[in-house]
Amino acid sequence: MDKKTNFTFFKDRSAVASFTLLAIVLLILFPLALDSFRLNMLAKYLSLAFVAVGLVLCWGYGGILSLGQGVFWGLGGYCMAAFLKLEAAKNIAAEAGTDQIKALTTVGLPDFMDWNQVTELPYIWYPFKSFPLTLICMLVVPGLLAYIISIAIFKRRVNGVYFAIITQVLCWIMEILFVTRQGWTGGINGITDLRTCLGWDLRTDSAHTILYFITVVLLLGGILVSKRILHSKMGQILVAIRDMEDRVRFSGYDVSNFKTFIFCFAAIISAVGGAMFTLNVGFMSPKLVTIAPSIYMVIFCAVGGRRSLVGAVYGTLIVSFGRTYFSEQFPELWMFIMGGVFILTTVVCSDGLAGLIEQYGGTVGSKCMKWTGMDKRSCPMQGKFKAGKELS
Amino acid sequence: MFSDYTGDELQSIFIMQGFAGLSQFSVFLLMALGLAIIFGQMKVINMAHGEFLTAGAYTTVLMSDLVNTYCPAMRPYYFFFAIVMAFIVAFILGYIVEYLLVRHLYNRALDTLLATWGVSMIMQQGFRLIFGGREDSAELPEWLMGSWAPTDSIDIPINGLFLLGTAIVMTLIICLLMYRSRWGLCVRATVQNRTMANAVGINTKNVDRMTFALGCGIAGIAGAAFTTIGSVSPAAGSLYIVDTFIVVVFGGAGSLLGTIISAFGIAQAQSILEFFLSGVLAKVWVLTTVVIILMLRPQGLISNKVRK
Repeated sequence: MDKKTNFTFFKDRSAVASFTLLAIVLLILFPLALDSFRLNMLAKYLSLAFVAVGLVLCWGYGGILSLGQGVFWGLGGYCMAAFLKLEAAKNIAAEAGTDQIKALTTVGLPDFMDWNQVTELPYIWYPFKSFPLTLICMLVVPGLLAYIISIAIFKRRVNGVYFAIITQVLCWIMEILFVTRQGWTGGINGITDLRTCLGWDLRTDSAHTILYFITVVLLLGGILVSKRILHSKMGQILVAIRDMEDRVRFSGYDVSNFKTFIFCFAAIISAVGGAMFTLNVGFMSPKLVTIAPSIYMVIFCAVGGRRSLVGAVYGTLIVSFGRTYFSEQFPELWMFIMGGVFILTTVVCSDGLAGLIEQYGGTVGSKCMKWTGMDKRSCPMQGKFKAGKELS
Repeated sequence: MFSDYTGDELQSIFIMQGFAGLSQFSVFLLMALGLAIIFGQMKVINMAHGEFLTAGAYTTVLMSDLVNTYCPAMRPYYFFFAIVMAFIVAFILGYIVEYLLVRHLYNRALDTLLATWGVSMIMQQGFRLIFGGREDSAELPEWLMGSWAPTDSIDIPINGLFLLGTAIVMTLIICLLMYRSRWGLCVRATVQNRTMANAVGINTKNVDRMTFALGCGIAGIAGAAFTTIGSVSPAAGSLYIVDTFIVVVFGGAGSLLGTIISAFGIAQAQSILEFFLSGVLAKVWVLTTVVIILMLRPQGLISNKVRK
């Protein structure tokens, strides 16, 4: 590390290379090769990659496995969906002429509220009337929830397994709440039929392409900031906490503060992904925030390599494409294949693709490794700790 | 919320809901007993535990079909054989899973979670391929149907009583096995200090395998008992898995008494709240309370004092 690394995103050249490769693939290669329908699908997957990047931070580096990241992702998505829904309701009222609409529905109220006999906009929907406030809510609400959870849990020194189960339960609670509070959240169908954002039609091809680029830029930005965190002293302490929490505590650090920070950061990144998902896909539903999707998010991260930020993106793309492909082609078999992937990644290669490339890159791979940057240096600390010795 | 009912009605409601809670308590307890052994003693997070329950339930359904077609005379008694068979099937499945997978993952608790989630997906799909996606149910012997009515407004189904009885008997057997038998001694020794247990001649690998398989076998019995109150579908077990983990963690991992108390508390709270709130909201209240208590007391209600 030279002196310039005092403020830098990358640790060395191979890390730059791996990041650049990802940027080239996402920004140039895919847009050239795919039509706007496929690009939209890709954008959908990439909005899940935000969560995987967050999981690399808190699971791969902090040793905190959260099985409820879908909660934060979903909250971000719901905030965005609420804003879009209010706009859609306003447009419908404007188009249909107020007299006629007044007889049938309440002006400016989302359609599902009418169906559920809600006659006035609930207070929690007020912030979503303005776009800036929505953006703030989208980041603050999940961040705050993550803060409350982590303050309560990390201060009490609840360890990995218990944390995983508690977050899973939170996921469940949130799903039940979103399904049962129909008048506020759209119930089991979620918030659907979202068309415009600030007057911009989201369903056109050009909008899909532009949204894809926004998603990619935000994702790359998220990775850059995460790399910055990992390569600071903060990142080093995180790794130390993961591997020997008590020693860090005895050295005088307040372990819970570090864990809280990284968990909240991961939650906020996930929320951005959720909001981008709503924009890309045009709906948000509680089916996306149940327990199973959250576990899929963990597997995205595990397949790509739980200690490689760039790997998490590739992992998400590969698993998501595989899931779509196999469930279309072999609907009977795909559960077997996904189950096999779960088992293989955890038993055989716990460092995922990034770890595999590092191990078996061989002579052909050595140059590739340098260029893809998946060698030891791009993932700090990787290789020094065997998975079996990890404290979990 | 109580003002709408008269005193007598309230009493009946509490007794009936309390009894419904007891049935739920029995299912929770049977599931949780196996999990308390696997998770509490071995620190393995077995997300496929629900699928072992389903395996046991399908075994019972198969047995009931077999008896109906080949020897109807056996019908009143077959259920006891079905329970034993369910145990054996789940035990063997558990043994295989431990041998192929879990033994590579000891000391990596979070990884066992992911790997066994994969196992549960494979098993679920397997059930779907073998038995089809629709719901199946076992034909119950006549003495299990019907109900017992001590007063006019109280009506207690026999199958619920049977479930409760099974849960109590199983709990007693597990307690005897863990705390009064040579094998239980070996398990506890292995859990407390693996190296030392090895050194004094306990085959800890064998102990691990048998413990895991036994936990799964108990889930199989839970499955057999489960067929008395509900129908079986490939995803039946996964409905209970999070609940069961909550029961075990809330009670304090590794403590059988804690497991019993927390299964009872959670089931009763849920059942009685369910009558006054809507079913799912009762669940939210119960889960939230449990999470808050767990935050205040991470080690669970009753914790074993172990030096770390």
